Amino acid sequence: MPEPREVLRLEGLRKSYNIGKPNEVEVLHGIDLRLDSADFAALVGPSGSGKSTLLNLVGLLDSPTAGELYLGGQPTREMDDEARTALRGRHIGFVFQFHHLIGAFTALENVLMPWMVANGKPTPEIVDIARGLLADVGLEKFADRRPDQLSGGQQQRVAIARALVTRPSLLLADEPTGNLDTRTAADVFALLRRFNEQSGCAVLVVTHDPRLAGTCDRTISLVDGAIVSDKRHG
Amino acid sequence: MWIEATIAMRFLRQGRAQSLLILCGIAVGVAVIVFVTALISGLQQNLIERTLGTQAHVRVEAPREVNLLAPAQPGTLQLVLEDPRPQALRPIDNWLQVRDVIGRLPGVTAVSPVVSGPAFGRRGDATESVALVGIDLARYLRVIPLHENMVEGRLDVGSGNGVVGRKLAEDLGLRTGGKLRLDAGNGREAVINVAGIFELGVRELDARYVYLDLKQAQSLLALPGGVTVIDVTVEDVFAADRMAARINGLTGLKAESWMQTNAQLMNALASQSMSTRMISFFVAISVALGIASVLAVSVAQRTREIGILRAMGTRRRQMLQVFLVQGAVLGLAGSAIGALAGWGLAAAFNTFGPKLFTIDLPPILVPAAMALATLAGTGAALVPAWRASRLDPVEAIRHA
Repeated sequence: MPEPREVLRLEGLRKSYNIGKPNEVEVLHGIDLRLDSADFAALVGPSGSGKSTLLNLVGLLDSPTAGELYLGGQPTREMDDEARTALRGRHIGFVFQFHHLIGAFTALENVLMPWMVANGKPTPEIVDIARGLLADVGLEKFADRRPDQLSGGQQQRVAIARALVTRPSLLLADEPTGNLDTRTAADVFALLRRFNEQSGCAVLVVTHDPRLAGTCDRTISLVDGAIVSDKRHG
Repeated sequence: MWIEATIAMRFLRQGRAQSLLILCGIAVGVAVIVFVTALISGLQQNLIERTLGTQAHVRVEAPREVNLLAPAQPGTLQLVLEDPRPQALRPIDNWLQVRDVIGRLPGVTAVSPVVSGPAFGRRGDATESVALVGIDLARYLRVIPLHENMVEGRLDVGSGNGVVGRKLAEDLGLRTGGKLRLDAGNGREAVINVAGIFELGVRELDARYVYLDLKQAQSLLALPGGVTVIDVTVEDVFAADRMAARINGLTGLKAESWMQTNAQLMNALASQSMSTRMISFFVAISVALGIASVLAVSVAQRTREIGILRAMGTRRRQMLQVFLVQGAVLGLAGSAIGALAGWGLAAAFNTFGPKLFTIDLPPILVPAAMALATLAGTGAALVPAWRASRLDPVEAIRHA
């Protein structure tokens, strides 16, 4: 097993909304967190605790009010949208609660999409990689189907393959099993776990399901915008 | 640009009903622009051709006779009550030199000396007032294509022959081979053979014109060796104004262009062109608004997909291009269909229409209309595309 390296580090990360207005509210109160390449962590907490906000900040979809976020050792707070978008495309894979495939493209093309928006026309090599990822999630026969011809579980598996096509160093999943039945949810989780072990990509999963959280190596609990516990287990 | 174009085309294909509807809208608009423009330019072309089919581009005459007044002595005030002078038939001085000078001017393609004056035409008891036009046939045909307007007999003005207008022939009961007595007053009379009958399509000309040989007309009108008019044809019909001014400056003769003679026609043509441009402009505006609204709806419908694409690393500029390409493709494809439809309408007009004139699509019209529509489509897409590129991915993904 190679030595784990730092993928993500948060230092005193704060996020406020409605800044300067009477209804200004701070959602995250100084988060410190480090994720390493082998981490498979669950982010748990009640509704409104700031999980999604934290995930958006980590995913560079949003910028913090204060504090610093290092991705692969690079500070990101001062970056402009262009640079953040490029960094996001290179380093981060997303899996959302609602699969969110692009309806106008086939499963294979959806998997290729993050690569294509960065590099243009797909090469035979990347198509092979994408097909391999689809095979890994058990959907090699569905490569040419459109999202509306796939079940919810299948769509979520395509989304996972898509998140992995650029070989990200960090995979962020927001309630990836939220709208799946228990068995499919367990399958999807197993998939995430497998990729984490195979490619060493760090995984941060937001989940409400304590059983699934229990299968992770680490559980980070967020309450009212602050980390109240960060336990390693297993 | 490959991925942006691919996403744009897929979006258009996915919203097929919307895309088809707006394509139809653009096509109808472009067809209207193409057809109306071609129709009006065909009509104008025809009007100009008809007008210039019976008159020279520039008509040069001897200056009008005016009273010459002795200048008033210094310190005195001169009040003048003058009778305008009668304008007797006057030849152009040194017309041979004038003809050659004008003929050598750049832009002049033909020069034709003409002697023209009034007379009576008689046959039996019937008398009609006629205009004698003495011509040098070879030169005259390069100014007025009289040979194309012959309806009977042949075009021959030599040795006692002449050709007359159709209306005049009807009024005097003349036929080819018949005799026509011409009386120019003061006992100057002649009898000519009617060699042929022409129809220029202008009632006044067809009822009055009698074409004769230059010499015969000169002797009838008592202007031996003289001509009263020099007709000029120029290369660019719309430069006739400038040419007239130039000839006037060079020779001191009165030179009038067809545009001055037909000021009302020119005014009508200008108004027509203006109204065509207005129609085209407003149709183009409404087409552009149609494209803009369809793309605005598309951006709203695809908010979540835009968010996902942004989360996956799609840059703002790329998102902007995705929607600009859609606008451009709609404009280009719609205008291609519209240009074809416009061409079809023009062909149908030429085949089934009143056949008063034919519409020729100016070759530049279709590419120009397509380029304009593509540009308008891209322009119309700017606002929706800008909105798409500015969407906050977090908000967009949360968007239900």
